[in-house]
Amino acid sequence: MSVKTEAIGKEWPATTYEIGREKIGEYARVLGIENPVHFDREAAKAAGFRDVVAPPMFAVVYSSPAVAPAMFDPEVGMNFAAMVHGGQEFEWGEPACSGDEITTTAKCLDISEKDGKGFYIFETNAVNQNGDQVVKGTWTLIVRGV
Amino acid sequence: MADVKVGDAIPELKVTPDKYLTHRYAGASGDFNPIHIDAEFAKAVGLPGPILHGLYMMGLVAKANAALADGDPRALKRLSVQFRGMGATETEIVVSGTVKSVDGDTVVVDTVAAQGENQTIRNAEAEVQL
Repeated sequence: MSVKTEAIGKEWPATTYEIGREKIGEYARVLGIENPVHFDREAAKAAGFRDVVAPPMFAVVYSSPAVAPAMFDPEVGMNFAAMVHGGQEFEWGEPACSGDEITTTAKCLDISEKDGKGFYIFETNAVNQNGDQVVKGTWTLIVRGV
Repeated sequence: MADVKVGDAIPELKVTPDKYLTHRYAGASGDFNPIHIDAEFAKAVGLPGPILHGLYMMGLVAKANAALADGDPRALKRLSVQFRGMGATETEIVVSGTVKSVDGDTVVVDTVAAQGENQTIRNAEAEVQL
């Protein structure tokens, strides 16, 4: 038994996501984040943002659609029934604001096996409409019993 | 910049997610995996009940670290976490952290999210610019 490794280095087509102000507010409220820069345009502008700004972890909202096709790719061949999210890293650049159109690409960085577990590492890169780097994500998914 | 030094604790963040939190987080995030929102499904796959989204708890870790910079969303530059335990609704989550390095205006915080003895997120490293 072993993991398939031919998808290492594979890249998937970019996804685009236009950020809406109400979506930012919905996310912030669930997390109990109260800073008005996430709800109020004037407060955001007064704090130096172009528009209502997303909390950093809103990155999952626009990055997940890019990583999903990678996870479901038969060439990657993950067994979802035995999968857990093992680790996650984000590195932020330009803040993501309401009205931004974010383009995100996904790539398989590594697939390996250790102690009967498969380790699948994907990278997502998100840029805004001006080409500024918004966030880089590293997703580590672990599949038991490979 | 704020007077932060190695060994300082960040203010603890305590949250008790209610029974329907995972439904609201599913809607906000787009992650509708039934292990988070369907008790029967969760039990059928051997879980005690619906489990919290790991990325929700990572969101709380981000919030706790941003508090060092009064919640400024520009302050958090990098956050790396390992998901180690399943989180449950209706149980208090405590996010705590300790400053492990200070370099100019950049602070690195070692952060943990736990429900009692169950550390759902550990080895979380947050880089915060003050």
